Amino acid sequence: MTQNSYTDSNIRWIYPLPAILFVALLMVFPVLYTTYISLTNWTLTSGTAPSFIGLSNYGQVLLEPRFLQALWRTFVFTFSAVAVEAVLGVAAALLLNRVFVGRSVVKLLLLLPLVATPVAVGIVFNLFYDPTIGLANYVLESLGLPGSSWISHADTVLFSLVLVDVWQWTPMITLIVLAGLASLSDEPAEAARIDGANEWQIIRLITLPMVMPVIVTAVILRLIDALKTFDIIFAMTGGGPGYASETLNLIGYKYSFEYFRMGQAAVILMVLFLIVLACSVAITRLGKRIER
Amino acid sequence: MKAVGLRILFYLAVVLLALIVLLPFLWMLISSLKTQIDIVAWPPKFIFSPTLQNYYKVFGEQDFIRYFINSTIVAVFAVGVSLLLGLPAAYSIARFSQRRLAMVILLARLMPGISFLMPWYIIFSRLGLMDSYVALVLSHVLITLPIVVWIMSSYFETIPLELEESAMVDGASRHYIFLKIILPLSGPGIITATTLSFIFSWNNFLFSQVLSMEKTRTLPIAVFNFLSYADIDWGGVMAASVAIMAPALVLTMIFQRYVVSGLTMGAVKG
Repeated sequence: MTQNSYTDSNIRWIYPLPAILFVALLMVFPVLYTTYISLTNWTLTSGTAPSFIGLSNYGQVLLEPRFLQALWRTFVFTFSAVAVEAVLGVAAALLLNRVFVGRSVVKLLLLLPLVATPVAVGIVFNLFYDPTIGLANYVLESLGLPGSSWISHADTVLFSLVLVDVWQWTPMITLIVLAGLASLSDEPAEAARIDGANEWQIIRLITLPMVMPVIVTAVILRLIDALKTFDIIFAMTGGGPGYASETLNLIGYKYSFEYFRMGQAAVILMVLFLIVLACSVAITRLGKRIER
Repeated sequence: MKAVGLRILFYLAVVLLALIVLLPFLWMLISSLKTQIDIVAWPPKFIFSPTLQNYYKVFGEQDFIRYFINSTIVAVFAVGVSLLLGLPAAYSIARFSQRRLAMVILLARLMPGISFLMPWYIIFSRLGLMDSYVALVLSHVLITLPIVVWIMSSYFETIPLELEESAMVDGASRHYIFLKIILPLSGPGIITATTLSFIFSWNNFLFSQVLSMEKTRTLPIAVFNFLSYADIDWGGVMAASVAIMAPALVLTMIFQRYVVSGLTMGAVKG
């Protein structure tokens, strides 16, 4: 058993090596390749080889109104969805953070949206939103409110998509915050209660500050994922009506796999990549700060 | 009296919450049991005579069983390869505190998939690997590997070092320790990692949409393709949606504890 001394002393790079090679081959190399393509003039369907044109794709794409609108829309979608999710998610966690009959059932229910296939979720919401047969307008009209055009109109489509994201991902924040709350010590809250603090004061001044690092991490994780939202938008609207629900991910897809304008597509992908990378660096920095 | 009122209010809030979470699932299930006439009825029908015709249609005419098998093949192989690559890597990360390495692999989880997908598309086309299980599995491993590494490196950290140290004193090699001592103790972690990565592969849409065609088409794509018909067969789509969601939902119910810990551990650890 001792003849493996070479393996033993080098285990720290032998064990991770296959995983590292895999990630290098399938992630690092493609990103470098995309960077190169973004500097070329290349339409896949034209049959001609890519020709190097420097930064002119960047000049062209970054000034295009369709791109700029998609960029802006990506931020609007992301921040409104995650803001609502954070508020509702934390509120639900505070609500459920006690002993009650049916707690385990509710926790199971909260898991279901997280594992539901996003494409199918989008399709179900399409049925909800259908202006002539959908449940959404039926509920509104039952309450005496006017029906909405939901995803079929440019003014309401983004809001309707945000609702889907909120339905699917708010439970993620709730579950993470619940886990965070469970790991807290009861003592500070008990001490405050003995000193005569009411429940609201305890939540606002003790519980929330203590669980804040967990909330922040959950929110950043959500931000990163919301920036990349693709499945529900693609399935529900395909970026429409017109371009009204196109996000960066959506136009990245269309430029790549519908128009095959690879050079320009690569620019869009680079922008999305860099935005997400910046958020990811932020999360690691934050993680280190919280650890200290 | 006030306490009772609060209690009632609390349960009302919980029930409302549960209803909102459940509604899309219930409506999907209800609609899948309706005829097209019942589905397009206004106002929406809540009482109707249920039928299984949509399910017959989906599994009979639409070749759904093949897509089901394709999804299973891709997910099983993606999870298998991820465990093979990810378990040793996670062990090394845990034992030698290789935080930078952990970050690089985690980046694969955080980065937008589409930024790798375009180059893959070009490369796989050149290699003649479009519409192949190999290409599809490789792309899905990029989703599942970070999940395995993330969950398992945290799990390995909880296994006491003393176990390994005493085995090393007895002359056991690292390799032996990993295979015979660490892995047998890692059941719960491996269940968590396997369940979650299977579900995320199963649900993946984007990679399969681009890399698969007729032969390797997976379920999410098949469900989506239902929509492209001019006159949407809502009953069929809903039956297909139930079929695609059922495995993930059932897995989640069985392994509830593991799924919760897997989804929440990262954030709580910081």
